[in-house]
Amino acid sequence: MRIALRELRRRPGRFLIAAGMLTLLVFLLLFLGGLLDGLYNGSTGALRAQQGDLVVLSDDSRDSIIRSRISPEQRVAVEQVPGVDVVRGLGVALVGATIPGQDEAASAAVFGYEGGVDGVPPPPKADEAWVDRRLEADGVRVGQTIELGRSVPGASVPVKVRGFVRDTSYLLQGGVWVQPNTWREVQARNRPDQQLPPGTFQSLLVTVAPGSTVADVQRGITRATDGQLRALTKQATIDAIPGVQSQRSTFQAIIWVTLLVAAVVVALFFALLTLERVALYGVLKALGASSRSLAGGLFTQAATTASLAFVVGAVLAFGLAAILPVGIPLQLLPGRAALTFVGVLVAALAGSAISLRRIIRIDPATAIGGGA
Amino acid sequence: MSALDLRDVRKVYGTGQNEVVALDHATFSVGDDEVVVLLGPSGSGKTTLLSIAGGLLTPTEGAVVVGSEDISAYSTKQLTRFRRDKVGFVFQQVNLVPFLTARENLLVVRELGGTRGGADRADTLLAELGLTDRRANLPGALSGGERQRVAIGRALMNEPALVLVDEPTSALDTKLGEQVMQLIVDEVKGRNTAAVIVTHDRRMTSYADRTVEIVDGHLDA
Repeated sequence: MRIALRELRRRPGRFLIAAGMLTLLVFLLLFLGGLLDGLYNGSTGALRAQQGDLVVLSDDSRDSIIRSRISPEQRVAVEQVPGVDVVRGLGVALVGATIPGQDEAASAAVFGYEGGVDGVPPPPKADEAWVDRRLEADGVRVGQTIELGRSVPGASVPVKVRGFVRDTSYLLQGGVWVQPNTWREVQARNRPDQQLPPGTFQSLLVTVAPGSTVADVQRGITRATDGQLRALTKQATIDAIPGVQSQRSTFQAIIWVTLLVAAVVVALFFALLTLERVALYGVLKALGASSRSLAGGLFTQAATTASLAFVVGAVLAFGLAAILPVGIPLQLLPGRAALTFVGVLVAALAGSAISLRRIIRIDPATAIGGGA
Repeated sequence: MSALDLRDVRKVYGTGQNEVVALDHATFSVGDDEVVVLLGPSGSGKTTLLSIAGGLLTPTEGAVVVGSEDISAYSTKQLTRFRRDKVGFVFQQVNLVPFLTARENLLVVRELGGTRGGADRADTLLAELGLTDRRANLPGALSGGERQRVAIGRALMNEPALVLVDEPTSALDTKLGEQVMQLIVDEVKGRNTAAVIVTHDRRMTSYADRTVEIVDGHLDA
């Protein structure tokens, strides 16, 4: 292993091409992963922040909160299902928000809620809102009054920004968290055809009581509402958000292919390097090096090259993330970086393993000109 | 006790009509502190004999005993350990590790065995070989003679009972070749170590205690 590391240190140029290509692939992986995380978190933050176990929607909503309607009577029926501990109403209106001093309206997801949202304080007063930091980039400031809804007289609802919250976006629109009545007013003024009576929500967040199972409560809700409502797990509701699954599967496919390319790059590089080193390996074997220790050296070089490539690639990716316009949903997370490092490391080790067979078959007698 | 005992050793490559007998019923002994020159033309089987003695090749028939170890039936793994611990090689092409300094090329023998240390022995050998000032140089910065001396030091690093030297002067001019031969003999004799030196150059026989000729795989003591 020490011999392998010395070669890396003294002949860095030899590994430059492989390290350079791996660096670019690491950069690409982090960039793609960052976009995936940015898109996913930007689309799902508001639902992920919900404390409930189940999301109850009307059966004809096709699993969409926006299409769902739940009446006060249906809510009472849900509350009486055995195993239901806490029920909180939730509704959302996707509207434009006019911000003082800004020419263009920002896109906002106005949530009417009854509490139970991680990172979001209890509902504010009727004319106030907690606003997601995403909207800070659009010019929103604490203490300002922003207009929610169409910019025509009487169509918008003014709310004062009480403070910022984090990671509560929905469909890449910053969350604006208001009292249920304020949300219904926004909905009524902007979607006159979809006015909601008092007490009506689009969904209910249900917390399952200790000792009860999620599946039992799901069945109980369907039974208690004669199949008019259905309860989905939070993850199932997130997966049903338009575009989320297709985005994830598309990006993950690209990420897997990129990792495969990384493995192929390393495999080709070390296959060539091994060919060059046949004589050297023959001598080392003649001197008493085992195939195992030579393979250990190969893996050490592959792992070190991949690690260095990761560091440089990560610096490039984080550097780019810092200067990119806010509108690009790139979110570089430590977890994604760690996953990328592990992925590149495994790809490098797997790629270098291709040369193992050749190393094992090198005859030490070649060092002395003997052999068949 | 002999440092090396080859008893009725045969080495055959290929099978059937393609069969080539490289070594034919060779019986050969080297005493504890004896320097033997194995003389023969190209293709005579001398390198095959050296390879079998050093555990680089296994014989088709016969017994190979180095020191008190019969290595004839050793597995690949056992032969690897044997080469690392019991014999020293000086290769025809020198074959130093190009990215290691002269000193590290000596220490590499210990590192391959998974052990550290040996720095004092390496320094002593380098001093004896007149390479103290060149110890930090990579092989590329050394002359042909200096590289050959480093290779001799490497062969002696693991304190072997038997040193096997393959055509040590083939790439050197006559004067340098004689110096290298003298150095090998001095170093080997100074340690009561046995050596087998393979060469096709009859002038080098004067450095040996005994010369054994080999022609077409047959030994002629």
